[in-house]
Amino acid sequence: MKHLTEYRDGELAQKLFKEIRDITTRPWAMMEVCGGQTHSIIRNGIDQLLPESIELIHGPGCPVCVTPLELIDRALAIAARPEVTFCSFGDMLRVPGSDKDLFRIKSEGGDVRVVYSPLDAVQLARQLPHREVVFFGIGFETTAPANAMAVQLARQLKLKNFSMLVSHVLVPPAIEAIMTSPGNRVQAFLAAGHVCSVMGYWQYPPLAERFRTPIVITGFEPLDVLEGIRRTVMLLEEGRYGVDNAYERAVTEEGNLPAQAMLEEVFEVTDRAWRGIGVIPRSGWRLRETYREYDAEHRFNVTGIHTVESPECHSGEVLQGRLKPNECPAFGTKCTPRKPLGATMVSAEGACAAYYNYGRFVQLAVAQ
Amino acid sequence: MIGHGGGGKLSSELVEHLFVPAFRNTALENLGDASVLPGIGGRLAFSTDSFVVRPLFFPGGSIGDLAVNGTVNDLAMSGAKPLYLSAGFILEEGFRLELLGGIVERMAAAARRAGVLIVTGDTKVVERGHGDGVYINTAGIGLIAAGVDIGPTKAHPGDVVIVSGTIGDHGMAIMSVREGLEFDTVIESDCAPLHELAARVMAAGEVHVMRDPTRGGVASSLNEIAASSRVGVWLDEPSIPVQPDVQSACDLLGMDPIYVANEGKLIAIVAAESAEPVLAAMREHELGTRAAIIGRITADHPGLLVAKTGIGGTRVIPMQLGEQLPRIC
Repeated sequence: MKHLTEYRDGELAQKLFKEIRDITTRPWAMMEVCGGQTHSIIRNGIDQLLPESIELIHGPGCPVCVTPLELIDRALAIAARPEVTFCSFGDMLRVPGSDKDLFRIKSEGGDVRVVYSPLDAVQLARQLPHREVVFFGIGFETTAPANAMAVQLARQLKLKNFSMLVSHVLVPPAIEAIMTSPGNRVQAFLAAGHVCSVMGYWQYPPLAERFRTPIVITGFEPLDVLEGIRRTVMLLEEGRYGVDNAYERAVTEEGNLPAQAMLEEVFEVTDRAWRGIGVIPRSGWRLRETYREYDAEHRFNVTGIHTVESPECHSGEVLQGRLKPNECPAFGTKCTPRKPLGATMVSAEGACAAYYNYGRFVQLAVAQ
Repeated sequence: MIGHGGGGKLSSELVEHLFVPAFRNTALENLGDASVLPGIGGRLAFSTDSFVVRPLFFPGGSIGDLAVNGTVNDLAMSGAKPLYLSAGFILEEGFRLELLGGIVERMAAAARRAGVLIVTGDTKVVERGHGDGVYINTAGIGLIAAGVDIGPTKAHPGDVVIVSGTIGDHGMAIMSVREGLEFDTVIESDCAPLHELAARVMAAGEVHVMRDPTRGGVASSLNEIAASSRVGVWLDEPSIPVQPDVQSACDLLGMDPIYVANEGKLIAIVAAESAEPVLAAMREHELGTRAAIIGRITADHPGLLVAKTGIGGTRVIPMQLGEQLPRIC
C-alpha cells in the first residue's frame, strides 16, 4: 500500500514543481495522451501549480470517449434484444448514443450489467447458458489482454453463448494523427504508462525520430505525472528528442511479451473510427477471422443504424487538444454530466468530465 | 419461505412469532392499530428512511442494522435523543424465513444498543420478482433537549469542520462483497448508532451543524450544508482520514472516498473555539477514535466545497451525479 503515500507526497511534489520552474525558460505545449493522466492532473491541481509557460494539452486517450457513435448505437441495439445479457464497464453506461444510453436500455427492461472484468462476463455466460452474453470490449492496449483472454477462455470452455463487441484503439497511430494534423501545436508527449506496461515502448522511437519530438513514458500518480513533465521539459529545453521512460517501476522497453503474443493471436489491426476525430488508418484492433464466431458484430447483424451526433458537441476538438473543455460554449450549460452531449462529459477519464467534476467551471479567487 | 397473501393469518403469525418476541416492549405488545406512547415534554424530531441494500448481509452489518441505525442517526443529527421507531417490511414472496429471522434479530440488537423501542410495524408481501427479498422502512421519534439549536443552515464563516473517523468504509464494504470483486482484505461497514457520540459532541462545545454523511458521502453532506447555510466549505484533503484498504479499493475502481457512503460517522461543524474540545470528546468515544479536523467554513465561494489537494492544488468538489460508476482502467 506504499503507493498511497509514496507517489502522492506533498513535499516531494513541491520539490518537483520547483525543479520544473527552474529549468523552464520558454513556453512549451505537451500532450498527456491518457485520460487517466488528465484526471490526475485536474484532480490534484497539477496544472495550477506549473509555470504558466507550460501548457498541458489533453489527449484522446479516453477509451470511452473515442468509441465511435455508430458502435455505441450498435451496442444499444444489441443490449435491447430480449435474449441478450449485455455486460459493460460502468462508465460506458451513461455514454450517449444517437438517442439513448445503456442506462435507458436497462430501465426499458434490457438486461444490462456492470462487470469489472471481461472474465466476469465469461463466467456469466457459463451461469446463463440460455442467454446470449455480450461483453462490450473497448479500450486501448491496456484493457486488450484481458479481453483477448476472455475470448480464448470462451473457446476453451466451448461456450456458444458468449461474444464480444470489440472496439479497441491504439496509441501510436493516434500520436501520428495528432502530429500530422493541420495546426498541431503539440511539441512533446507524456505517453500512457499503462499502455506501455503491456506494449513496452519499442514502438515509439520511430515516431520520436520522425516528428523530432520527445516522448516520455509517464505514470498516473501525482509524482509520476510531475516526473514525466520534468523530463519532458528537460528534453525540450535541451533541444533533444527521443523516448524516455519515467515510469520504470511498471514499464520495460519490450513490455509484457506473453500479453503481446496473446493479442497477436486474437486480434488484427484494422482502420478505426474515433468519435469526434474520424477514421484513423490502422488505429484499432478487431477479432481475427479465426475468432469471428465470438464477434458480436458478426453474431448480431444489426442494420439500419443512422447516427446523429449533437451539433453542439465539440468533443472532437477537445480530444485533439484544440479546445479546452471550459472553452466550449456548451460546457457546464447545455452539457453537464447529467445531460451530456458527448462522451467526454461522461467518462471519469474524459477531459470535459474531469473539468466539470473538479470544478473548472468556476473562477476561484482562492488564496488560502 | 414467505408465501403470497393479502395479510391475514400469515402476517399475524409473523407478528406473533417473530416481530413481537424480537422487539418486545409494552407499546408493541398491545397490538392495537396504533401504539400509544406516554407524553414526552419538549420539541420532537421525526424522521423516516427506507432501506434497499444488496446484499442483505455484509461485513460489519445487515439491512436490519442499517434500518435501525439509519433512522437513529438521522434523529441524533438533529440533536435529538432517539426514543421510538416504527418498522415496515416489504417482503418478496419466496423470501426465506430464516433470513428474515436473522434480519429481525439484528434489528432488535441494534435497537437495544441504540436504546430505542420499536413500537409499531407493518408487513406487506409482494409477488415474486416484484421486490429484492426485503425492503425495510423505519420512522423514528426523538426528543430534543432544551437549548439545543443545531441545523443545516447554521454554519458560520470561521467554524471548523470535524469528521468523527475514517470515511468511505460502509460504501466500500458493500462494493467489496458485490458480485465480481474479490479483495484480499475484508472491509467492514462502519454501521453504528451515533446518538451517544452526538450527545458527547454537543456537550463538549458550541455545535452549529451535525450530519451523518451517508449516501453521497462527505462531499454531498458538505455541499448541502454549503448551500443551506450560504457559506463556502474549505477542506484540507490530506487531513481527511481514510483507511488504506478503502483508499486502495477506491483507487482500483476509480472512485473517490469523499463520495462513498458512511453509516457510522458524523460531521460536526462547530465554533472555532470549540474545535479542540469537541475533537477531544470525539476521540474519547469508541466511535470517534480517528476523528480529525478536516476543514473550515469560509465566507468565500458561498455554496461551494473546495479542497486543497495533497500536492497543494485546489479542486472544487461538486455534488455527485447519481451513483459513482467504476471506470474502465
